[in-house]
Parts: sequence; structure tokens; C-alpha cells
Amino acid sequence: MEKRELTCIGCPLGCSITVTMENAEILDVTGNTCKRGDAYARKEVTHPTRIVTSTVRVSGGTIPMVSCKTKEDIPKEKIFAIINALCGITVPAPVSIGDILVQDVAGTGVDIVATKNVPAKL
Amino acid sequence: MKSYDLVIVGGGPAGLAAAVSAKENGINDILILERDKELGGILNQCIHNGFGLHTFKEELTGPEYASRFIEKVLSLGISYKLNTMVMDISHEKKVTAMNRKDGMFEIQAKAIILAMGCRERSRGALNIPGYRPAGIYSAGTAQRLVNMEGYMPGREVVILGSGDIGLIMARRMTLEGAKVKVVAELMPYSGGLKRNIVQCLNDFDIPLKLSHTVIDIEGKERVTGVTIAEVGTDGKPIPGTEEYYSCDTLLLSCGLIPENELSRSAGVTLNPVTSGPVVNDSLETSISGVFACGNVLHVHDLVDYVSEEAGIAGANAAHYILSGNTADACNTNSQHSDASVSECSQPSVEIIPTGGVRYTVPKYIRPEAMADKVTVRFRVGQIYKNCGIATYFGDERISFRKRPVMAPGEMESVVLTREQLTNCPDLEQITICIEEA
Repeated sequence: MEKRELTCIGCPLGCSITVTMENAEILDVTGNTCKRGDAYARKEVTHPTRIVTSTVRVSGGTIPMVSCKTKEDIPKEKIFAIINALCGITVPAPVSIGDILVQDVAGTGVDIVATKNVPAKL
Repeated sequence: MKSYDLVIVGGGPAGLAAAVSAKENGINDILILERDKELGGILNQCIHNGFGLHTFKEELTGPEYASRFIEKVLSLGISYKLNTMVMDISHEKKVTAMNRKDGMFEIQAKAIILAMGCRERSRGALNIPGYRPAGIYSAGTAQRLVNMEGYMPGREVVILGSGDIGLIMARRMTLEGAKVKVVAELMPYSGGLKRNIVQCLNDFDIPLKLSHTVIDIEGKERVTGVTIAEVGTDGKPIPGTEEYYSCDTLLLSCGLIPENELSRSAGVTLNPVTSGPVVNDSLETSISGVFACGNVLHVHDLVDYVSEEAGIAGANAAHYILSGNTADACNTNSQHSDASVSECSQPSVEIIPTGGVRYTVPKYIRPEAMADKVTVRFRVGQIYKNCGIATYFGDERISFRKRPVMAPGEMESVVLTREQLTNCPDLEQITICIEEA
């Protein structure tokens, strides 16, 4: 039996939640004070996911960097693999919000999309 | 001299939402003055997600949130000037500004919306002892360098202050290859959102030391290390708790201050608690026709509330202009400029913050002129558990709303209705306070 301690992020209360697990099966969730805490804890111990945001360089644009994000949330353990995959990438201007900058980043099946418009420098 | 119906000082989230709202409420002659080279303000460097859950029901990054409003401003044909610094606002609503193309110029406005935002508390304001080497940045400066300019401020980082920008930068610097050794927070609680502590610190095993502060900075050319110590309840370092951290960078995330130099010189009355203008329910300052919204009014926790507040300021500025009595109906005798509310305003009731409530925005409410519903926003002075927000009209408690937890890092609110106020014709003051549930 394994116990995992979590801090709920559902609201500012920040309940300390204990999840009791056995062989990847959740036996019990305690410490939460609402339903959202239970749902958060179950997801966080089985498949925690995050949206990753970063920047990549732009060539020929009005600004040197364009901000970007994973189009959907990705498994938490893939964060550094994604960041490493973005290292050294330069995209040509113009870039529009939603443009795919990297397809299937780090084998996650998720694309990296631009979150800022960068016009070409005249 | 050029003239505009409405001049908006600042093209960040508050200025943009105010402009859209004023236009939608019938004002066509609007000018936004922005000192940066693009619209969007601080959102342009906030590349993380989590913006817009209330406004758009989805999680956007800062630049995406800004672009929603920039697109609206452009499609509505609202004019703006970039790279333009406002130098002065007069009591008579004359705006003096300058840029490289037009030089120095003056604009006469019928109404002005102050939307200048806030700035970070600097090292000089924190009184940290030690040398003054390179490598000490405010967290927001580091954020701009990393996210917009493409420079890394350093490799080994200590962060003082656990405000949201500090937490966000702990993660950002880590992702960009730096080692963030510790986040020290003077207070016994974090000033940031819970989810930022989990997703920016815990995810990367970055320690957060509460009730700790930096007591010494070493290094002559560049920071070589800092000493951190625990502080007692008196706020003073406890001898024997000192710990040395070698680092080349110290980031400061120690609070935000509304940027009100222009407001002050115009004669706008400021609230010493918020450092922002005192306003009534229409978000009008002590100078009639001058409105304020966003972080220049009080520092917000979520940009969604900035947009909402700015929309109200824009609509009220529009009503003020369209009512036509902008020039002479008000007694703009400057001798009265120290009055706490607009000289021409209707009778108003003061809201008194007590018992844990640090301030309220607005501070005055006009029962006759107010909208059907007015949201009064405020912050509490410490963490409260199992308490609630009580509202009194005179001595009578008219509402109590239970809140399982309240923290200084998050804004709270009370909604007052016109009906409630007009039902109490002799009301002299409203009190909002925190009481045990």
C-alpha cells in the first residue's frame, strides 16, 4: 500500500489530500473538503498533465521571440523532453496565433502552437 | 491643440477593455496612449496560461488574452499612439504627451481614463543590506528578458518573494536551464495563488521557505551569493538561522505598486492603502470626468477582473461625455481638489473597511446614480479560515457570506444593489468586515 500526499489546487483553501493506492489502484482519497478535490487527486496520481508554455526564436520578425504552448495538456513527465525539443528552433515570420510551430512534439502526439502574432519586419 | 472626447492613458488590459466599452457605449472619438511599442501591456510577457477562465471560459496565455482585446480595438477602428509617453495630466483634463514622431503635444479631453497599471517594488524600496552588484532583477524584468528579448539573466537563482510573478519565474528559469535554489518569503504565507505553488515550485522540487528573507547580498561585480535567515513574528531576522546560498542572480517578487505619478500631479486624491485613486461607484476619481481602472486603481489578482472593471469605467466615461455637462455643470474650482469625491457628484455613502478588510474599491457609492448592481472589491490583511464577509448599513447587518478561506493574495467582493441602498434613505455609512462564521 502506498500513500501519496498532495496539495489541492482547486481553490485557495489548498487542502492537503492523502491518496491511498495499491498497484496503481486508488483505494481511498482523504483530506479533501469537496468533490473537486477528489477529482483532482485521482487525476494527479494516475495521469498528471500540464500545458507547457515557452518561446522559440523568430527570424525576420518585428520581435525576436514568439511565445508558444502545447495545443493540449501533455503528461507531466514529458515537460523537459518538450522543452529540449524546442531548443534551437527558429521559425520564419510572419507567425499568427494558432500556427503550428512543431508537430507532434517529443512524440506526445501534441503540436506546439504560437500564442502571439509576429508580423514580418518590413 | 488637438481634442478628443476620451483619452485613455495606457494600452494594457485595462486600457483596451475600457476603450472597447466606451466605443460600444457610443463614443467614437477615442485615443489610447501607450508607451510601449505594442498594445497589450504586461500580458505580452506573461506567456504562461491560466488567463481568461472567467471572461472567455477557456485558459489562454497572456498574449492570446491580449490579442482578443487588441483585435476588438482594431476592428472598432479605435485610434492609438504607440511609443508615446504621457508627461502630464492637468486638473482641466489637458494631456501632455511626447513621442519621436510628433514631439511634445497637448490634447484636450472631455474625459480621461487612467489605465497606467502598476510597477514592481524595487531593491531600493526593500532596504536589503549588502553590495550592489549586477545580477539583481525584479522578477518582471527577468520575465521580459527571457520571454520577449530572448536573454537569460543568470544560471543560479535565488528568488525573494513568493508573489505570482516570482513563482512563475521560478518555473520559467528552471525550464530555460537555470537552477532555482530557493524561494524565500518574508510572510508566513505565500502571496501567490495555490496552483502556482504546486505547478511552479512543487513540480520542480524548488523549496519555498516561509518567514525567511535575504539579509545579505555578496559580490562586487556580479552577485556571488546571498544569505537567507528566518524572521520572527516581529519581522526581524533570528540570529543563528542564517544560511548561505551561492548564486549569480537574485530575483525580487515583493509586491506591486500602482503607478500614479500622473494622477497625483493632476490632483487626484489617492488612497494610502492601495496607492491608487479614491473612486466612487462609477470608478470616477476626485476629478470629475477622470476615471481609473485596472492595476493603477488597485492591484488585481486576475486579469479577468481588470477587464470587467475597465468595461465599467469605459461605459461610465461614455455616459459622462454623452450627458454633455462635461464643461460647466461641475464646479471645477481647483480649490476643492482635495475633496475626496468628485465635486459635482451626487450625494454619496462612504464604505468603511474594518475588521480585516484593508480597503474597498469603490470607496463611495451614490444611491441615486449607481448602477443596479455594484461590485465592491477588496483584499483581506491575513489568512482567515471559517469566516465570512459581513456588510452593515449603519448598525444593521444586511448580509453575511461564508468563506471557508480568504487570503491576502486573492481579491474578495461584495455586491451591493441599488434597491438595497434606496431602501435606506438615511444611510450614512456602509461597513464591510470579516467576522467568524
